[in-house]
Amino acid sequence: MKSLLSLLFGLLLLCGSAIAEERSPDALVRQVTDDVLTIVRQDKDIQSGDTRKAIALVDTKVLPYFDFQRMTALAVGRNWGKATPEQKKRLTEEFKKLLVRTYSNALTSYKDQTISYKPSKMEPGETDVVVKTEVVQPGSKPVQLNYALEKHADGWKVYDVIVAGVSLVTNYRSSFSQEVRDKGIDGLIQMLGDRNKQLEK
Amino acid sequence: MKPNLSRQRSSSVCIAALLAASGCATTENNPQDPFEGFNRAMFAVNEGLDKVAIKPVAQGYDAVTPLPVKVAVGNFFGNIWDTWTALNNLLQGKGGDALSDVGRVLINSTVGIGGVFDVAGEMGLTKHSEEFGQTLGKWGVGDGPYFYWPLIGPRTTRDTFGWMVDTYYDPVWRVDNIPLRNSLVSLRYVDLRASVLPTDKVIEEAAFDKYTYIRDAYLQHRRNEIFDGDPPRIPVDY
Repeated sequence: MKSLLSLLFGLLLLCGSAIAEERSPDALVRQVTDDVLTIVRQDKDIQSGDTRKAIALVDTKVLPYFDFQRMTALAVGRNWGKATPEQKKRLTEEFKKLLVRTYSNALTSYKDQTISYKPSKMEPGETDVVVKTEVVQPGSKPVQLNYALEKHADGWKVYDVIVAGVSLVTNYRSSFSQEVRDKGIDGLIQMLGDRNKQLEK
Repeated sequence: MKPNLSRQRSSSVCIAALLAASGCATTENNPQDPFEGFNRAMFAVNEGLDKVAIKPVAQGYDAVTPLPVKVAVGNFFGNIWDTWTALNNLLQGKGGDALSDVGRVLINSTVGIGGVFDVAGEMGLTKHSEEFGQTLGKWGVGDGPYFYWPLIGPRTTRDTFGWMVDTYYDPVWRVDNIPLRNSLVSLRYVDLRASVLPTDKVIEEAAFDKYTYIRDAYLQHRRNEIFDGDPPRIPVDY
């Protein structure tokens, strides 16, 4: 009897650690959101528009779970294949900066919204899922906030953020392909770099 | 004879201007936006209006109005709109949603004191967002070319028509007392503009070409609404 119990206990432990390693995409989104909002709720600087502080928060809490290379590829579209590895690297760096800034700015307009999590249907063995959440605010209709995640060797990574049906990533496609058509990939890198420099001031 | 001639001339000037405007569009590439030249011109008009008149008023309203009052204003107009939402849900064959919307109007108009409090929402009757453009979309009417209108903003052809039907139905526009009607319409407009003030900065910083950014976001957003927040995912191409 005793040995059976300890066997069961051992199995439980094993399952426990397996779950910890293989954190589900829902759980990941929920935890990162909770972590970030807990800080924003207490930080008067961020609430009053301190973008720099918001960026620092996003850098430490959110960035590790984002796949910026994939995001950049999605935004650049067909032209991504034509870029050299060096160009890809620089595009990713610049686009990452811009997205982090946009996302951080959105955080500074936080008032007293709450996030509700929608149940997501996920088939076992799936490697690409959308986690659905809603931003609930008094007096207006909740705003959908969805995350598309892909499974990597080291866990799930977000590759798209979709607000009210609008992908913050693919929404750049027209202007990016226009720029590549006019001035090439380097022109696009330049355009992103200029904007980032301008915003840093 | 003379006035007739000049009218003819001015109309041909108009047509020429339109042709020139749409001529510019041929260099652009979004197949959904064949009148890009015209739309960009209207976009510029709207941006100008917004900058000098609408946004300042919305900012003033936002600054002096306490949050509970803004919430009440939003709820009040939202409650009036819920009747139209209910009808559109019915037209789209979503009887359950329509019933829930009717329930919302009944509860909020009474217990919610004329719609000022969203009591029904707190009871779990979620607010839906429907109008005639979405109904047409559900019925299979395609988007048609994209337009950017002054004051109204972005609309596809289908949604422009939908908007006309919405406005025809709109109880606020049907208020008999004209000064009251105008005040209500203006208040609703300003309240709506004020509610999207926080996104201004985000768009300003994120967009390289504000016109394209707003157009593409609008088209994605509409698709999402027609599929009630669950559109089929578009396969990714690199």
